[in-house]
Amino acid sequence: MPPETSPAKSGLELRNVSKYFGDLAALRDVTLRIEIGESIFIYGPNGAGKTTLLRTLCTLARPAEGHALFNGEEIHSNPAAARARIGFVSHATFLYGDLTARENLKLAGTLFGLTALKERVAAALATFSIEDRADEPIRKLSRGLQQRATLARALLHDPDFILLDEPFTGLDAASVEKLEALLRRLPGEGKTVVFSTHNFDQGASLARRLVVMAAGRVQFDGPLGMAPLDSLGIRNLKIEN
Amino acid sequence: MQTLRVIWAIFVKDLRVEWRHRETLASMCVFGVLVVFLFNFAFETAREMSLRLLPGLLWVAFAFAGVLGFNRSFAAERENASLEGLTLTPADPGAIYAGKLLANLFFMTVAEVVIVFAVSLWYNFSFIPVLGLFSLVTGLGTLGYVAVGTIFGAISANTRMREVMLPVLQFPVAVPAFIASIEGTTGALRGEPLAVYADWVNLLIAFCIIFLVLSYLLFEYVLEE
Repeated sequence: MPPETSPAKSGLELRNVSKYFGDLAALRDVTLRIEIGESIFIYGPNGAGKTTLLRTLCTLARPAEGHALFNGEEIHSNPAAARARIGFVSHATFLYGDLTARENLKLAGTLFGLTALKERVAAALATFSIEDRADEPIRKLSRGLQQRATLARALLHDPDFILLDEPFTGLDAASVEKLEALLRRLPGEGKTVVFSTHNFDQGASLARRLVVMAAGRVQFDGPLGMAPLDSLGIRNLKIEN
Repeated sequence: MQTLRVIWAIFVKDLRVEWRHRETLASMCVFGVLVVFLFNFAFETAREMSLRLLPGLLWVAFAFAGVLGFNRSFAAERENASLEGLTLTPADPGAIYAGKLLANLFFMTVAEVVIVFAVSLWYNFSFIPVLGLFSLVTGLGTLGYVAVGTIFGAISANTRMREVMLPVLQFPVAVPAFIASIEGTTGALRGEPLAVYADWVNLLIAFCIIFLVLSYLLFEYVLEE
């Protein structure tokens, strides 16, 4: 069934989306429009629905109710078109433990149909400073190095929409700094960055738009400067996390 | 062309992963040979008896070895949610299925060669005079079994009791392939002309076509959450 009102012509959009896991509603009537070049910080306590929201946007989860749209079309009517333009970093690394970082990236590049693969893989490895360990099996790398390889894999195909679920997990200070610089730079290059983190100050310093979630609902969606932090209970959330 | 590249990439990836730890093939071969070894003690090995016994024995060994292989095939995909990583690419899900199928077919073929060699030794039975038709029947039966095993391996990978669920789901569906394979193998080992068991071979061909096409088209839904 087509959406009732006109969707965004470009970008990602959720319209009245609900998603259930058994009796649990992970998302309830969520509406969100994400335009090209935005930087959006998704914030909320554990179980708020952040991960499900990002998984729905990246096509991994199908809404039980409502519409997930990519460039105005139902995302699941042509998921390949959306997947070609989306890079997603999850809690899981999506990497094969028995393959090296370079082999994992080459495999991903082949599946994305990329050309000049050798050069692109080398550039992605260099961006996240893992060239020196690129030929060791992933399972022998530390969590931080695995996370860097995960980020390199997610950005390998130069996606327009970069969705990151807790991307700072396991990274050392230098890598965090590098990733923060990248997240600040990408929107200026016409890329859209949507990320979640439990560190509110860190997230707020990187994004212009804040989406606060609780119990599967969007509590606030707007410019960071206009967010009523006290009434949203964000200070309390900061203490919880 | 991109579809072929994806199929090849998945196939090579599975071979490379297997080469690094050699768990799947080793367990398939050892288990298959063990079945043959135990049956050797349980039954007479006179040639006439062997001809009655061998087709069933071979397919029991192939079936059990296959279940181990299909389970292992998707164990690597569960780790780090790698299967979701494949889903997140624009690659045709059918091509991902075909790549996994090709790798499973390769592992099954290697295990079957080892099992047949063991049978040949212990049962003092030469497969060489009937190798052509035996290979045809076994090849078709294996393709049908792997077609079913690969898609059910992917389905059961997302269930809690996956090691139990795979044979429970897969064997009932694969029964027509097993029956046709055993009947065809019996004819081939007896040196009968193909026309005698052509109906069983035709059934195997139909089974392969139906399950290859269905699995290719439906794998997209198997990959979904």
